Amino acid sequence: MAVDRSRLPEVGPDPRFRFPSIARHRLANGLDVRTVEHHSVPIVTVSLLINDGSGADPGDRHGLAAITADMLDEGTGALSAIDVSEGLARIGAEFDVDVAPDATAFTLTTLSRFADRGAALLADIIMRPSLRGEDFTRVRQMRLDRLRQLRDLPPAVAERAFLRLLYREHPYGHLPIGADGALRAMTLDEIREFHARAYRPSRATLVVGGAMSHDELHRFAERAFGEWREPSGDRAPRVPASAVEPSIVSATRLAVVPRDGAAQSELRIGHLTTGRDTPDYPGLLVLNSVLGGQFVSRINLKLREEKGYTYGARTGFDWRRGISPFGLQASVHTAATGDAIQDSLAELQAIRGARPPHDREMLLAKATLTRGYPRNFETAQQVTRAVAQLVLYDLPDTYFEEFVPKVNAVDADEVIRVARRHIDPSRLVTLVVGDHHAIADSMKALQLGEPAVLSPDQ
Amino acid sequence: MDLPFTKHTLANGLDVLVHEDHHVPIVAVNVWYHVGSKNERPGRTGFAHLFEHLMFEGSEHHNTGYFPPLQEAGALLNGSTNADRTNYWEVVPTSAVDLALWMESDRMGHLLPALTRERFETQRDVVLNERRQNYENRPYGLAVMAVTDALFPPDHPYHWLTIGAADDIRAMQLEEVQAFFRTYYHPANASLSLAGDIGTDAALTLAEKYFGDIPAGTPPARVTAEAVLDREQRLLLEDRVELPRIYLGWHSPAMFADGDAEMDLLSDLLANGKTSRLYRTLVYERRIALDVSAFQNSRELGSFFMLVATAAPGRSLTDISAAIDAVLAEVIDAGPTPAEMERAEAQAEAHFMYRLQTVGGFGGKSDQLNAYNVFRNDPGFFAGDLARYRNATPESVRAAAERHLRFDARIALSVVPRGQSASALPGSEPVSVS
Repeated sequence: MAVDRSRLPEVGPDPRFRFPSIARHRLANGLDVRTVEHHSVPIVTVSLLINDGSGADPGDRHGLAAITADMLDEGTGALSAIDVSEGLARIGAEFDVDVAPDATAFTLTTLSRFADRGAALLADIIMRPSLRGEDFTRVRQMRLDRLRQLRDLPPAVAERAFLRLLYREHPYGHLPIGADGALRAMTLDEIREFHARAYRPSRATLVVGGAMSHDELHRFAERAFGEWREPSGDRAPRVPASAVEPSIVSATRLAVVPRDGAAQSELRIGHLTTGRDTPDYPGLLVLNSVLGGQFVSRINLKLREEKGYTYGARTGFDWRRGISPFGLQASVHTAATGDAIQDSLAELQAIRGARPPHDREMLLAKATLTRGYPRNFETAQQVTRAVAQLVLYDLPDTYFEEFVPKVNAVDADEVIRVARRHIDPSRLVTLVVGDHHAIADSMKALQLGEPAVLSPDQ
Repeated sequence: MDLPFTKHTLANGLDVLVHEDHHVPIVAVNVWYHVGSKNERPGRTGFAHLFEHLMFEGSEHHNTGYFPPLQEAGALLNGSTNADRTNYWEVVPTSAVDLALWMESDRMGHLLPALTRERFETQRDVVLNERRQNYENRPYGLAVMAVTDALFPPDHPYHWLTIGAADDIRAMQLEEVQAFFRTYYHPANASLSLAGDIGTDAALTLAEKYFGDIPAGTPPARVTAEAVLDREQRLLLEDRVELPRIYLGWHSPAMFADGDAEMDLLSDLLANGKTSRLYRTLVYERRIALDVSAFQNSRELGSFFMLVATAAPGRSLTDISAAIDAVLAEVIDAGPTPAEMERAEAQAEAHFMYRLQTVGGFGGKSDQLNAYNVFRNDPGFFAGDLARYRNATPESVRAAAERHLRFDARIALSVVPRGQSASALPGSEPVSVS
């Protein structure tokens, strides 16, 4: 049977995809529980979502939400940090804590037969953390040292400076790890206070997914978290960061963090746009896919494949419940810095109409987002995290099944419309972490004004 | 716990492995070529990795980018190269299996007619950018290179980094690149696996259809090499870093050889998680280090074991090194405790189960089948692999530590902030790598 190599084989119709059903429960203590069945391998994932993240850090205590989350597994009751770690290791559990701008998520994955042990341990550290002074001193020192190490990493330096440039004093304007001065000034009482305010059943959601029925998953959640009690004392929650309106116009258009002798320049170009709840979301996803979300997107084809300036360039939205940034990121050869910025700015401008997405690009962008969609839901952990996303962004349980048709309904006119609405070349902020002297002339040629020179700690 | 499969070898020598998993309507297509940077020569390095780029630029019958048709069909795809092997994979919706096999077979059988000088030169530049970004511009980015450079003599195939030396990459000629392809990229040096929502018979039929007419090629000669250390060699590298860091490197048993699993267990026991001995001593109790990690880098010709610790501000590498040696001496003397072994076994058990969750991508079931097939000629080695960990004993782990983690046969590299060579271990010789 000879192969016809004169053309590519036809691709059949997309296979049918159903997201597993999500069930909602509420425990007697008020904890919102979502369960999702996933029967392939005997594994269970538990994800506890706390409604506060780094956006809840007080203005002079950047890093408080993250260090609080970090302190929880440092001991509970009679157990030391080592004992907690040992308890997780003995069941081979995977455990991670993600402190994001709008929420903090604790995710634990383990074999079904160890699920009760794992969940009990998670519940213990959430409800009854020891929060001891000696652990605090050690954990804080590690975070201070980590901050110091991050100064060596151009992407981390760029991320931090870029958030600050875009958001300034807004609660979204810093990384979860926070800042040196704030960490040094922090006290254990502040952590206790943050824990009491944020970690309570009325401000949390538990998502459990795995190889059990909804009923079994519900009972399993009840066994682990049924004893959680709302702390006494009525602490009104703070105004969430998502409800604070940032100014979307940045005073600085061009900034440099000097890094003498750097072989490459780390670039960020972008501005603040809109929140995750925007009705333009499907259009923005397609826009990003055409522009820079994929290997085959315009930005990467230009900067990497055509010009050879970089190993890779991407664009993306860093979604939050509130106003979120859109940006381009790339690490480019130092000598190509100015040209790479010019080319990037030109692409960001062109998609607004001068070079609208053509049919092939639209086809490719949408297919990338939709046709491979089922592979995002292969494991218990993926399915559980997906449901946690629905909780975080108040999305309907039908979201995953509606996603593909909604994206497929986006056309080129819609992409141009959302590009004009949400990408504004006159507001784009350009940041370079690189050899200030080597790139000085090419920065002048950009005609974005004298670059603001920032320190890596700013 | 196992990973069932069917194996069939085509007439041209291509091994085809199929594993059915119908939970999600996707199929993983995974191709391994048994070629890596170990198949290169001193002064002519970086070829295997360059192909990881060239293989995405187009082939004779699809003479343009490899990504668009596959992404248009909803595929996720990638590839990677190391010292021993190169892999390429796609995860596609069930409806696009034919397309993925057509594309993979076209670049296996018909790449060179599409390999123009221009494509070659562009990708050579991309690789130089990749090298700058991932090694030269990254703190401590040159350290592993300095260690392998010292562990393996200049003519040993693990002496150089897989990405290749910058000068070698610049000096590459198109003709050499073509010759490298003819030698290594053909059915007799490859293994194809399909895992996911597809029937075994259908998968084998498709494999024959798309790959059956590719000429066999000659199986390349096996590479052999030896490396011995007979002393502790102390080295010093100045880098753009804030804090000094120590890298200790030892030769260790080859992948799947006796002692390889034990060294892997030792890496966990020493430095994985807060419970591990080095973390507890150096980071948690004494706070002289910020972090510590250890890994057994399992390779075909002989592995290396590496231990890395970053000094806490104001702490010396000399103190850290002494503390590490004290912990190593305890393990060599008394071995792991029963509780440590129980923990290690539970973790191994869980991790093998986690590995059964995904069909595709790096480390998915299709990748594992190819790994066992290429390195052991036994795609069914999943259970045997787990048994290596189950069969380890406190004494076998202790004995492996004693035999391989010798203080008098290792590389001790101090990476220190520029201008602070005095922060290195005493007696360290400066090295220059780039």
